[in-house]
Amino acid sequence: MSQRNRLGAGGRIDRKRPLRFTFNGVSYQGYAGDTLASALMANGVDVLNRSFKYARPRGLVTAGADEPNAIVQLGASEAGQVPNVRATQQALYEGLVAKSTNGWPNVDRDLMGVIGKLGGQFMPPGFYYKTFMSPASAWPKYEQYIRKAAGLGRSPIENDPDIYDHMNHHCDVLVVGAGPAGLAAALAAGRSGARVIVCDEQEEMGGSLLDSREQIDGKPATEWVAAVLAELAALPDVLVLPRTTANGYHDHNFVTLHQRRTEHLADVAPAADGRRQVRARMHKVRAGRVVLATGTHERPLVYARNDVPGNLVAGAVSTYIRRFGVIPGQRLVLSTSNDHAYRAALDWHDAGREVVAIVDARERPDGDLVAAARSRNIRIITGSAVIEALGKKRVSAAIVGAIDIDGFSVKGSTQELACDTIASSGGYSPVVHLAAHTGRRPVWREDILGFVSGGVPGQIPAGGVAGRWSLADALGDGFESGARAAAEAGLSTRSFTPPTVAPVREGKPVALYQVPHTKPTMRAPKQFVDQQNDVTAAGIELATREGFESIEHVKRYTGLGFGTDQGKLGNINGMAIAARVTGQTIPDTGTTVFRPNYTPITFGAIAGRHCDEFFDPRRYTALQGWHVERGAKFEEVGQWMRPWYFPQGKESMHDAVQRECSAVRERVGILDASTLGKIEIQGKDAREFLNRLYTNAWTKLEPGKCRYGLMCKDDGMVMDDGVTACLAENHFHMTTTTGGAAGVLDWMELWHQTEWPELEVYFNSTTDHWAAMTITGPNARKLLAELTDIDMSNEAFAYMDCREAKVAGVPARIFRISFTGELSFEVNVQANYAMHVWKALFEQGDKHGLTPYGTETMHVLRAEKGFIIIGQETDGSVTPEDLGMQWCVGYKKPYSWIGRRALSRPDTKRSDRKQLVGLKPLDPQLVLQEGAQIVLEKEIRIPMPMVGHVTSSYFSPTLGHGFALALLKGGSQRIGQTVFLPMADGKVHAAEVVSPVFYDPQGARQHV
Amino acid sequence: MQHYSGFGLVKHGLSHHENWQRMWRNPAPKSEYDIIVVGGGGHGLATAYYLAKVHGITNIAVIEKGWLGGGNTARNTTIVRSNYLWDEAAWLYEHAMKLWEGLSQDLNYNVMFSQRGVMNLGHTLQDMRDIHRRVNANRLNGIDGEVLDVSQIQAIVPHMDCSANRRYPVLGASWQPRAGVARHDAVAWGFARGADSLGVDLLQQTEVTGFRISGGKVLGVETNRGFIGGKTIGVVTAGNSGVLAKMAGFKLPVESHPLQALVSEPLKPILDTVVMSNHVHGYVSQSDKGDLVIGAGIDGYTGYGQRGSYPTIEHTLQAIIELFPIFSRVRMNRQWGGIVDTTADACPIISATPVGGLFFNCGWGTGGFKATPGSGHVFAATLAAGKAHPLAAPFTIDRFVSGKLIDEHGAAGVAH
Repeated sequence: MSQRNRLGAGGRIDRKRPLRFTFNGVSYQGYAGDTLASALMANGVDVLNRSFKYARPRGLVTAGADEPNAIVQLGASEAGQVPNVRATQQALYEGLVAKSTNGWPNVDRDLMGVIGKLGGQFMPPGFYYKTFMSPASAWPKYEQYIRKAAGLGRSPIENDPDIYDHMNHHCDVLVVGAGPAGLAAALAAGRSGARVIVCDEQEEMGGSLLDSREQIDGKPATEWVAAVLAELAALPDVLVLPRTTANGYHDHNFVTLHQRRTEHLADVAPAADGRRQVRARMHKVRAGRVVLATGTHERPLVYARNDVPGNLVAGAVSTYIRRFGVIPGQRLVLSTSNDHAYRAALDWHDAGREVVAIVDARERPDGDLVAAARSRNIRIITGSAVIEALGKKRVSAAIVGAIDIDGFSVKGSTQELACDTIASSGGYSPVVHLAAHTGRRPVWREDILGFVSGGVPGQIPAGGVAGRWSLADALGDGFESGARAAAEAGLSTRSFTPPTVAPVREGKPVALYQVPHTKPTMRAPKQFVDQQNDVTAAGIELATREGFESIEHVKRYTGLGFGTDQGKLGNINGMAIAARVTGQTIPDTGTTVFRPNYTPITFGAIAGRHCDEFFDPRRYTALQGWHVERGAKFEEVGQWMRPWYFPQGKESMHDAVQRECSAVRERVGILDASTLGKIEIQGKDAREFLNRLYTNAWTKLEPGKCRYGLMCKDDGMVMDDGVTACLAENHFHMTTTTGGAAGVLDWMELWHQTEWPELEVYFNSTTDHWAAMTITGPNARKLLAELTDIDMSNEAFAYMDCREAKVAGVPARIFRISFTGELSFEVNVQANYAMHVWKALFEQGDKHGLTPYGTETMHVLRAEKGFIIIGQETDGSVTPEDLGMQWCVGYKKPYSWIGRRALSRPDTKRSDRKQLVGLKPLDPQLVLQEGAQIVLEKEIRIPMPMVGHVTSSYFSPTLGHGFALALLKGGSQRIGQTVFLPMADGKVHAAEVVSPVFYDPQGARQHV
Repeated sequence: MQHYSGFGLVKHGLSHHENWQRMWRNPAPKSEYDIIVVGGGGHGLATAYYLAKVHGITNIAVIEKGWLGGGNTARNTTIVRSNYLWDEAAWLYEHAMKLWEGLSQDLNYNVMFSQRGVMNLGHTLQDMRDIHRRVNANRLNGIDGEVLDVSQIQAIVPHMDCSANRRYPVLGASWQPRAGVARHDAVAWGFARGADSLGVDLLQQTEVTGFRISGGKVLGVETNRGFIGGKTIGVVTAGNSGVLAKMAGFKLPVESHPLQALVSEPLKPILDTVVMSNHVHGYVSQSDKGDLVIGAGIDGYTGYGQRGSYPTIEHTLQAIIELFPIFSRVRMNRQWGGIVDTTADACPIISATPVGGLFFNCGWGTGGFKATPGSGHVFAATLAAGKAHPLAAPFTIDRFVSGKLIDEHGAAGVAH
């Protein structure tokens, strides 16, 4: 199909570079420089989509970010699918594939449209709240159909092949928008030497200048744009970001800019120079000053059937003609409330097509543009408006009537003007979204009939967004604002003479939003306010009739402004209608709150590189390579990968763990304990800090000694544990749980910095610096003695001692502590030496039966001893006493400690709290389910009282039976009783309550 | 009250919708009410509704400084579930769940309660222990729930990446089939309409500026529309509860934090249930309109601004992409924030206060929406009787003194 709406000349497209694309399976041609929208218009494609609720045929309304209808699905491949692309903002590229998001079997003949046509009358706002209630059981079926009918595009169902990244910036001046005001501001600020970032959402910078009829310094405005861009590019501290949308404005001038880096090239980022390209980049900017030069959005008028394809806002007509060399139709009727929109008719006329009439709501329009229209003999019908569009899939005529704005009525008879395009303009709304994201409400200005910024500290609105609409004013304001922003950032600025622009005299606009119809609003054909959400003037009127008077209520009841265009086109008209029917003014009605994003941004761009393997760093110990080679299975613990068990050959997990357990109990085992959190604590108040942090006392711990410590939160509940060693009087080596390390360090800093700043103490995370190896079992000493230079005898190196020594020739800290109940040494060496030491241990270890073991065996062994694991035996509701660890609580410490006061509360002192016990299943082969709930009766009734739960449960090769740890209400008083564990499969297990220490209760084995 | 039905819709359609009545009146305040409810959100409106309906007390005002349902009712992610760990919490939320199940019919207002199930994922061995523990507890409390393995999860959520390639592979999940989502605004409006029809005065744009207290007993509230008398007052003001308590002269053990949420652009149906993950820290469902509705945890700092910090949004979407890499090309449409009133044990306060006649219902933190009918129901009973409803009794302010906390942090680490 030829480009029948393409003009013979003009526009900023490259006619030498034709591009092929398909829309709804049909192949078309456009040019480089086209948007998908302009290319579709060039090919005469009118119906681009079906509407959300009524499935009405819809076409282009605008040429930019405010487009409500032209939402398409992009993508040639499954993984390259891009849902909900605004065709007006999508650059055309070779091979682009696009589809309508709604319409079945196709967008031209849509079956839902029949339902919409027949049923639309019965689907007022909120109709779903009033029906589908009976019978209640049918609702899921109704809902299924509602869901099917809803939604715009579809998500891809293959993973995104593209990558995204983030960049942080600080700058003196951020300029948002590169139209006349923004470019002038960037230039003024840039010339002062300020660090400037200027961004613009469009494919090309220049904003309204790209389709301007006016001249700057006697030359076409586009030449001035080119000159300014060239100068900005040459300034070393100016960063120019095209295709970049400022999408969110946060407190203290923190602005997120979304840069589309490849979306104009292909649906999946093509490689460049053989390298992957980043599809989109978020620039996170902290700006000294922000010059907001976001311009305005034109408001369409709200008249009956204003959604038929062929109804556009006036400015878009000019944009398509002048920028893209494409014209929306053959015969235009323009309906306007202001002079500025006359440009559409002039451009249309000058393109050689027929302007049927300009319908002006004002009685006596008067201005330069009006005069220009008159000089072209264009018919101007005054005091009137288009009250209704005719046509089904394309406008066929406009019904025009004289209107009484104040009386909201049509005067006298109406006339029908045959045409295929209706352009309308009800005025211009400053794009204040970014001035409102931080919660500041915009302020209504009656003189410009629009909301302007309510004032954001550090933000300077310039040009159109500040209500300065003539080109001369916008340029002047831009230079002034840029210079002011640079000066406020501390730079000295020169004054400039803005370029000269011939003044254009414009008459006063009239306030017109909804156009009256011959029928009352509720009975007139649909007058659309928000086309994407099918919100009509009647819908807003109905909402207020039903009591939804707050504009927030109107929005939520009707869906006004909830679309992907966030009401850029419809919100002010909607507010004006709500104001009219409730008898209020627009400022009294107020605006809803604008939220980020200004235009939608992909999840991928916001997530940046923090996906897949970078979602959270995966941490490995220095011995990882050995573990992998040895065939270890791994467990995730916090961010760490820890060997879970080391199967030999085809050994099952159960068999491997049994073997590892026996090796430790009978010979010697070794565990990579490097993941334990380690914090170096120094300073003259280090000991005092430990006294306040831990529940137990640290005053008397001598250098060379270790002690187990418990930490509680301020609510008295156990939060972490570990062994801390005294290396010197003011120097301690603390260990924490693997998962708790970062949290404990934060906790210590919190208390130090906010509560006890007077303490002289310093903390350093050393988790990654030390590799730790636990050598445990009856042969542990024999093995280690062969590799150390110190006396390893029980007398010289007793239980709970720590020593500095050499191990395999490498400096080490050795702690004689035990988490297995066996004779144990924990050897810490610098992580870089770890592999050397580990291998040396294995070289000597064979003859002692050295066996590597993983976390599962560690769990079994410690559970046999009744040792707790934080997070498994504790859950934030367990006190030290509940764990039977009152020996670890120093009530006599002179200074209070964290949790002490909470532990004196009546409920924490109760004797029937849930306490740590052992469970011995009556069936010795049974391993209870971890998480099983405990009840006291064998007969199950629902609901029934639960008295505790199983926290840990294993089969012990040493004991020869299954065993468990549990938290049990009044558990310490229930030793010897039988409790029951009802399972999901209906079985009820029985177990005897026993002491939590199953193995070597005297602790003899660790003291040898 | 005008009855709503499909038939009515057709009838009104034929008369151009010109005969719909107001859903609620806009009355002038009376000088004195039997009971005043401060806060016209879901919980406050439900309280008024059940006071009128169950207890026959109709001389009630609901005082709202803004517009009905404009606080957290309008800002949450609409999830309804009752699979709480501890008995006290489980009973309260299950009480709410039972009311949800007949709510549209009771109110004659379709709150679009959609029992599409809620899935809580486990990514570590400890997650799975906790999931078993919670599901076992739910079962013995008569609350539906089961533990799913990965293939069962994949059958329900075919587009989630449950492979071992993820950073934190999914190991299993708990599943509550009766849980789901509801249309949040409709809940407020349905209760408002119901309460209004029973004679409750809904006073919008009426801001409480102080309490009149004499001899340790409350006499009424000072407002921007003058003094309004009432000797029993229930305060249900979520994130502003601390501010109201200060007016009444005492401190509440609550902290107000921003809680953010976001939605994607509308998509064709792709996700048929609610997926939550404490471990990667995010949750997602798809609304009837097609938006992916997404949230995570609170912002760490305290504040009253209804917006949060950008890093929280970044992290939330990173978590969603970790679960659903296919959503990387989906766009985020809008983000927003509410103010949540958090307590030390992640459970609410439904309680008498040091001031006679003054009751507070607050501290719902990140999870109040799901409780709306239950909260209103037990608070209504509490206000009517002047003493706690049995289900509300464990949730007194005193528990922060006695230590008898109901610590749901373990079970509810992620906001919802």
